[in-house]
Amino acid sequence: MSEELEFFKQVKKVYHLLLLLFSLFVIAGGALVYYMSNPEFFNFNKPPEVAVVVEELDPDRIENGIHVETGFVDAEGMMTVVRNCTACHSSKLILQNRMNADRWNATIKWMQQTQNLPDLGKNQEIIVNYLATNYPPVDTGRRPGLTNIDWYELD
Amino acid sequence: MKRRSFVKKATISSFATLIGAEIIFGSNILEGYVPLALQDPDPFKMFNKNKEMVVLNDKPWNMEAQAHLLDDEITPNSCMFIRNNGLIPENIDIKNWVLKIDGESVVKEKTYTLAELKSKFKQYTYQLTIECGGNGRSEFNPPAQGNQWTIGAVHCASWTGVRLRDVLEDAGIKNNAVYIGYHAADIHLSRDPKKEPISRGCPMSKALQDETLIAFKMNGEDIPLVHGYPLRLVAGGWPASVSGKWLNRISIRNIIHDGEKMGGDSYRVPCKPIEPGEKIKDEDYCIIESMPVKSLITYPKSGAIINKGKTLNIRGHAWAGELEVTKMEYSIDYGSTWKMCSVEKPKNRLAWQHFKASIDFPQTGYYEVWAKATDSNGKAQPMLLPGWNPKGYLNNACHRIAVKVK
Repeated sequence: MSEELEFFKQVKKVYHLLLLLFSLFVIAGGALVYYMSNPEFFNFNKPPEVAVVVEELDPDRIENGIHVETGFVDAEGMMTVVRNCTACHSSKLILQNRMNADRWNATIKWMQQTQNLPDLGKNQEIIVNYLATNYPPVDTGRRPGLTNIDWYELD
Repeated sequence: MKRRSFVKKATISSFATLIGAEIIFGSNILEGYVPLALQDPDPFKMFNKNKEMVVLNDKPWNMEAQAHLLDDEITPNSCMFIRNNGLIPENIDIKNWVLKIDGESVVKEKTYTLAELKSKFKQYTYQLTIECGGNGRSEFNPPAQGNQWTIGAVHCASWTGVRLRDVLEDAGIKNNAVYIGYHAADIHLSRDPKKEPISRGCPMSKALQDETLIAFKMNGEDIPLVHGYPLRLVAGGWPASVSGKWLNRISIRNIIHDGEKMGGDSYRVPCKPIEPGEKIKDEDYCIIESMPVKSLITYPKSGAIINKGKTLNIRGHAWAGELEVTKMEYSIDYGSTWKMCSVEKPKNRLAWQHFKASIDFPQTGYYEVWAKATDSNGKAQPMLLPGWNPKGYLNNACHRIAVKVK
């Protein structure tokens, strides 16, 4: 009887061991399957990702009245400018310049004559209005004074 | 037991499959990898530029120095301005790179590989001042259209190459030659392969000067990509646009070269002085040739605060296009009085010249140190803006720095 009991106990041990091993296997398998679909979860020492953020943000978002992507002032006609101008050149080229409607129009004409810019149709008026309103010339006289001086102690 | 053994093996193999899958799809391979399309190009790294350089435009790339960055006698790449009209050439194949000499006035069309250019012709090294025609544009009033350069679109590096003259003469120059025009491998902003971003040139007299080079080295090394690798035409003292980058063809013309940015208001100014803002006819424009006399105080950086009684040592460079600087002065009273700076001779013709002076200030307060160069024809830099022109070229007004004495 005791031998039988001993054998029964051993079988029970083996059974428990097998059950444990099986559940461990199921857990491990489950974890691996999860890992396949979410590889980032177990990556504990991943470097700080910068690019991911860019993907999620709205490229046309406005912060403090400025279109973040291009730096343009958020005003009537801005998206028409973004669509028609920044495909070929940087918005930085526009932002540096200050012109009246006449000269913004002349610049568009120059781009059409030499830079493959197609006819802008009724968008031209929207674009020039936006530019002449938000980026008009400022009278700086014959020689502007020194500004934004970064003072420092010179030894 | 056999069944168990089978199950065990099957388990291992399924684990192995899972492990295999893990390796294939694992995140570790992708760690730190950012898709190319999402990479924000860092121009300072991409072009090896000093962090204090100022980006004016990123499509096409335009970047300028600040005065204090140009303190070196020979400008290093890190502080050289970038002025691109189009996109930088992609996939440069230097083994198959050739320079072609053609045009109405060439005796015999010829092509040279880089190796042929280097072995066939004698090599020369010159330090050459190259300044953008629009350097200083930002100060014009009414404002002029284009990249708003302040003072940093100038450099004076050391260029090594063969003389343009030697190569042109090897192909043969007809008597009716008047101009050369360059062509290059850069890409038009519209990516239209039929369009050239820029194709300028110079009269034969400039093309045949000793110092006009077809260069393949800058400061002793291969020319950096953004500055024209593998070949650049270098014509010191003239608007930088004459020094065509990524050179692959030179045409000897029997007319004034009519390439891109040779006409209209590009690199041209009114032949006669005009009122600010005035419009003029196409035929009343003249092509810019030699750049005007100019100078920069490169030390100290503007904004220095010094103690009363301390002598301020200033230094900088002066240049005068085709000419030489013969006099260099400074003023600390807005031009009421001028004092002399010492100015060195140029290392070679068309190289900028170094000047220095020691200044004692009479009392505490705010000062501006103004610098004024005079060329060998007696022409000096104006303190106010020179004549207005539609594209804002040739601003050679005096440079000045702010100083406080406490």
